[in-house]
Amino acid sequence: MAQPNSKNAIPYLLDMDGLGALISALVRQGRQVIGPSLADDAVIYDDIDSIADLPAGWGADQSAGHYRLKRRDDQALFGYGLAPQGWKRQLYPPRQKLFAARRQDSGFAVEPPPPPPPPLALIGVRACELAAIDRQAKVFGDRSYADPGYQSRLANAFIVAVQCAEAQATCFCAAMGTGPEVSHGYDIKLTEIFVQKHHGFVAEAGTPQGAKLLKALKAPAAGAAEIKAAGLAVKNAARQDKHLDAEAARKLSAQPDHPRWDKVAERCLSCGNCTMVCPTCFCTTVEDVTDLKGDNAERWRKWDSCFTMDFSYIHGGAVRTETRSRYRQWITHKLSTWVDQFGEQGCVGCGRCTTWCPVGIDITEEAAAITGQERI
Amino acid sequence: MNAPLPDPMVPVPFRIEKVRRDLSDTFTMELVPEAGGEFAFQPGQFNMLYVFGVGEVPISISGDPADRSVLVHTTRSVGQVTEALDALKPGDSLGVRGPFGTSWPVESAFGHDLVFVAGGVGLAPLRPAIYQAMANRERFGRVIVLYGARTPEDILYKKELERWRGRFDLDVLVTVDRATGRWGGNVGVVTNLVARGGFDPLNTTSFVCGPEVMMRYAAQALEKKGVDTGRIWVSVERNMKCGCGLCGHCQWGPHFTCKDGPVFRYDRVADLFQIREL
Amino acid sequence: MVKPDNLAGVLQEHPFFQGIAPSLRDLLVGCAANERFEAGSMLFRQGDSADKFYLIRSGTVAIEIDQPARPPIVVETITEGEVAGWSWLVPPYRLTFDARALTLVRALSFDAQCLRRKMEAEPALGYDVLRRFLPIMAHRLSASRLQMLDLYAPPKPAKVKKEKAEKAAKKSKGTNRSPDARLKKAKKKDAKS
Repeated sequence: MAQPNSKNAIPYLLDMDGLGALISALVRQGRQVIGPSLADDAVIYDDIDSIADLPAGWGADQSAGHYRLKRRDDQALFGYGLAPQGWKRQLYPPRQKLFAARRQDSGFAVEPPPPPPPPLALIGVRACELAAIDRQAKVFGDRSYADPGYQSRLANAFIVAVQCAEAQATCFCAAMGTGPEVSHGYDIKLTEIFVQKHHGFVAEAGTPQGAKLLKALKAPAAGAAEIKAAGLAVKNAARQDKHLDAEAARKLSAQPDHPRWDKVAERCLSCGNCTMVCPTCFCTTVEDVTDLKGDNAERWRKWDSCFTMDFSYIHGGAVRTETRSRYRQWITHKLSTWVDQFGEQGCVGCGRCTTWCPVGIDITEEAAAITGQERI
Repeated sequence: MNAPLPDPMVPVPFRIEKVRRDLSDTFTMELVPEAGGEFAFQPGQFNMLYVFGVGEVPISISGDPADRSVLVHTTRSVGQVTEALDALKPGDSLGVRGPFGTSWPVESAFGHDLVFVAGGVGLAPLRPAIYQAMANRERFGRVIVLYGARTPEDILYKKELERWRGRFDLDVLVTVDRATGRWGGNVGVVTNLVARGGFDPLNTTSFVCGPEVMMRYAAQALEKKGVDTGRIWVSVERNMKCGCGLCGHCQWGPHFTCKDGPVFRYDRVADLFQIREL
Repeated sequence: MVKPDNLAGVLQEHPFFQGIAPSLRDLLVGCAANERFEAGSMLFRQGDSADKFYLIRSGTVAIEIDQPARPPIVVETITEGEVAGWSWLVPPYRLTFDARALTLVRALSFDAQCLRRKMEAEPALGYDVLRRFLPIMAHRLSASRLQMLDLYAPPKPAKVKKEKAEKAAKKSKGTNRSPDARLKKAKKKDAKS
């Protein structure tokens, strides 16, 4: 993503062909284009070649511990809510080779890193996901040490954000102040609209390179009706049932002995699903591998979860042996200590942890119960 | 496209110059960079040491910070990687990433009595600070090393401690949990030595390093003696995979032990010590 | 035993009785004596009647437990500024450890009977002495517990696991079913026949 535009961008109107042309243009730039597509009874973010790969007419029902695809009444391309995993899969892959080394006479040599992969184009990034990318970018580079891989993948990525037109039952981005309106961090912002019988997108550029690309598509300017429809779509998405008092949740770290930890531990399976689907969870472990002769070694970084016993292992044993301690670590970090570390909360209100929890533990309910808030 | 940034996750090969066995399970290695050059660090910092194909461990640096020509690590073999380290010989190579983490603020103790409280192999991360203090000896009041070991056979850096004890500008008191053989010295925990004092509590800075339980009680003993908790420093151990705040493993409350620590000011973490399974 | 005139001064200088009221101090002095122990000599022995306690003025005292066929176990050392012996406060007033001078030891000893009598008669003195002993007993108790923890011991779990695995492998009947084991059995049979 390049630097944002200083001038106010003119909204264009893209029809289906226009969106197709946008994707083609990104492919022509040599980018690996990632967007929503159907797979394994879900909408996931994966490689796409054209508009035909997008999940037209598919929606999804999401609630605590529940995700089901469903047919929509319309042919919306981006009407599925959120994919199980956000864009960290692309920006911070689950397995990354840190380095390879080869044994030599008196020791070993670290091999030069492989050439970087082609730059990414991400199609369909939601407001909460942009916030999550921001959060991770801070983790991977705001302080003394940067992760050069993440930083370069993000810096070189072209981001096409798509605004939400409706909220899922698990969404609470409005409470976290991360959405639903896409306000920054995009090259191009799309809002999917249906005006009378016309299905299209109001498109705005957020950066000079976004503006250049949009201009080249030679799309017409959006009319007043379309701009109004786009505004209504975002307003509609702001109607959310879930709520989390972010300020109150800050105090989670002051409640290490709350009885609720035991109650939630009775339900929590310690499976780590929440950490895998959370778009900001960044913990990794490392794995060392060698070939059979032991002459070539590699070191890999893999996503890890604070719900595993090994996560907190120090010589002698694990520090967090109980589920209550591990759940406490996860939610306290997300909503409380993340602020101490990075000046903002680690939760963007996407609700994935609630949707994908096999027993339907709801982060907003737990936070409220432990910090003693009356539910609204 | 942006120019690639230096990757903190890639180790630099070092060659082992010397290995000395300190205790039955503890050894000290001297390392030099294979590509030449120097290694600068602050007392209390650590490196991630990589054994080819086996893995990586965080090990504190235990040499003299004034000597940049050689990197010194004292390691106790307690796990797979440290045992693999133990198997290496002079001439072998290992990978080094670092130095990482915060350091013992030796300069903040200028004008004070400086009390080192060490337990077991916890003496190793303190040794660079002791060297630095002795290099600036005239800047301190009394300098005292209080050291607790398991048995007389488990006393780390024994010869060096004896040499230090011979100096009239450094007080070294050693105690063991269990006396064996002809041991004629102190028996009891290191907190007993703290309780005996010998320093001006109102004008004392203390660096404490050892097992977490020992540090907790040593800090309490110092506090009871009247030492300001803001002048007590401890070094905390947690699981570390990256050493630079990227992997999340070493989190301890709001802190990344690897970069906000390992050396913490006691008053800032005293509450965390009280939370179980944090 | 000597009773020099300046016993009151010595008593007051010792950290244990720091800040004591002069009236109480004078009561104490009446029960106190200066003593000196050569290195290796015993201050007291386990099982003896606890009729004294000592304020150590200089030197080091080892608190020991005697055991047959082995040297005594030193559980603690006590040095200058500290106190040795508190069994005299607890009925039936019997010593529970040995105390040996590791170096030349100079100490102020107190006659327990004399002191107990005065403490009974003068509760202010009784309270003051107990108030000074209690923190020391608490400290010793917590120190002993820490010592018992064996904090610097090498971590065990890794090795325990290994032993378990080895034991399991030995005990397991699984190996008998493995091709290698059957081959071995067959070979044994062949050899026998």
